[in-house]
Amino acid sequence: MVWVIEVCDLSKRYGRVVAVDGLSFTVRPGVVTGFLGPNGAGKSTTMRMMLGLDRPSGGDVRIDGERYRDMRHPLRRVGALLEAKSVHGGRSGLNHLLWLAQTNGIARSRVRTVLEQVGIADVAGRRAKALSLGMGQRLGIAAALLGDPPVLLFDEPVNGLDPEGVVWARELFRGLAAEGRTVFVSSHLMTEMAMTADHLVVVSRGRLLADTTVSEFVAESGTDSLEAAFLRLTAGGAR
Amino acid sequence: MIAAEWTKIRSVRSSLWTLPLTVVLSGALGYLLALSVRSGGGQAFEKDPLMIAFLPLTLGQLPLVVFGVLAMTSEYSTGTIRASLAAIPDRARFFAAKVAATTLVAAAVAVVAVPVTFLTAQAGLGRSLTVDGWTQAVLGACLYLPLMTAFALGVATMLRSSPLAMGILLPVLFLGSQGLGNIPKVREVTQFLPDQTAWVMLHLAGPQDEDRWARDYGAWSGMGLLVLWVAAALLGGYAVLRQRDA
Repeated sequence: MVWVIEVCDLSKRYGRVVAVDGLSFTVRPGVVTGFLGPNGAGKSTTMRMMLGLDRPSGGDVRIDGERYRDMRHPLRRVGALLEAKSVHGGRSGLNHLLWLAQTNGIARSRVRTVLEQVGIADVAGRRAKALSLGMGQRLGIAAALLGDPPVLLFDEPVNGLDPEGVVWARELFRGLAAEGRTVFVSSHLMTEMAMTADHLVVVSRGRLLADTTVSEFVAESGTDSLEAAFLRLTAGGAR
Repeated sequence: MIAAEWTKIRSVRSSLWTLPLTVVLSGALGYLLALSVRSGGGQAFEKDPLMIAFLPLTLGQLPLVVFGVLAMTSEYSTGTIRASLAAIPDRARFFAAKVAATTLVAAAVAVVAVPVTFLTAQAGLGRSLTVDGWTQAVLGACLYLPLMTAFALGVATMLRSSPLAMGILLPVLFLGSQGLGNIPKVREVTQFLPDQTAWVMLHLAGPQDEDRWARDYGAWSGMGLLVLWVAAALLGGYAVLRQRDA
């Protein structure tokens, strides 16, 4: 299948600590898939393994049938915003995007385009450490969009965004999915997920708890909101 | 990819500033050292005056070593490494681009710093230094500086931390070589330290026709030893980079 993310029996252990424990699920194009779980559930670790940054202890991830590490120009196929910052504070947003574009043979004009798309074109010449939390987050989103990729991963994207920014991000993700892209968004905020995602992958303690649509997830739990359904499920899983 | 690494270098002030510093430090020190020799300050230099033009580089190399270290450790301290490896998941290609860009920039600095220091030393001394072996020494110095930068980059990639990398490299470059190296017994070992191996070619090891100073290797074989040091540091760095999670 095209532009599908396939996570297959994925595990990550740090010594005796198991961060991700035999996770398997599929992320499909055309919808926003929410990756929901409490802090420390293994979401960021899973996303780092998707990008080949961390080596799985077992299992693997394929995107469009290929491992990320084997991709030649990955930014044109997969864009990602990671939770931890990945921008040098002394470098301007403009130069950050420029070097990224150069690594993947992306046209220079895309830098300007994505800066305008996320609404920080006017501050792009400033050093990254002079940007507000929200602007920094928008710069990270711009980096993800840089290669115009069909697959997009966002790890806790609304952290640091103001209410207006949160609405903007939600519209952006839904718009990207509507264009037929595969959009995978992690969050520990259930209400935010309820408004953004169509499909849900719920994890706790590194294990898969649910892989279903948002409406089914709520209906099956016998509660009336995603929040209640989530708390009920994770309470069971967390023993 | 090398262009991307160059963009990284030129877009951060702290790394950019180390480059002219090498030229200024070595050039100024060359002039001052030559002046003091001219006013009768050092008989040691009489036998091999070329030393005056190359000794300043042992100080001038330090900003380049810092540059080589920061090229990698700043990736880790700022988190840029995650963006870098997401952009170039093949770690061998990423590391190759990093090494190439860093070493090329160091080489460009060297071809300025070395002649400048040679000229300021001549100016301070008030006479020509184009004595026997000067062309080989100039060539050697132009190789030495980028090689030391690459060595620093390799060590920093193994250690992933600026304080750790500096804490190991600076004592090696100062104490091991220049301090302890003056004790004959210790010198039998320290002559093989990375920076020392180039010293025969740079006329810094003392007159090689005197037993007291003679090294166990010649000018070019010494440079070959340095290349081996660099290769070992880079291989070690790559082994760590390939293995560890970003």
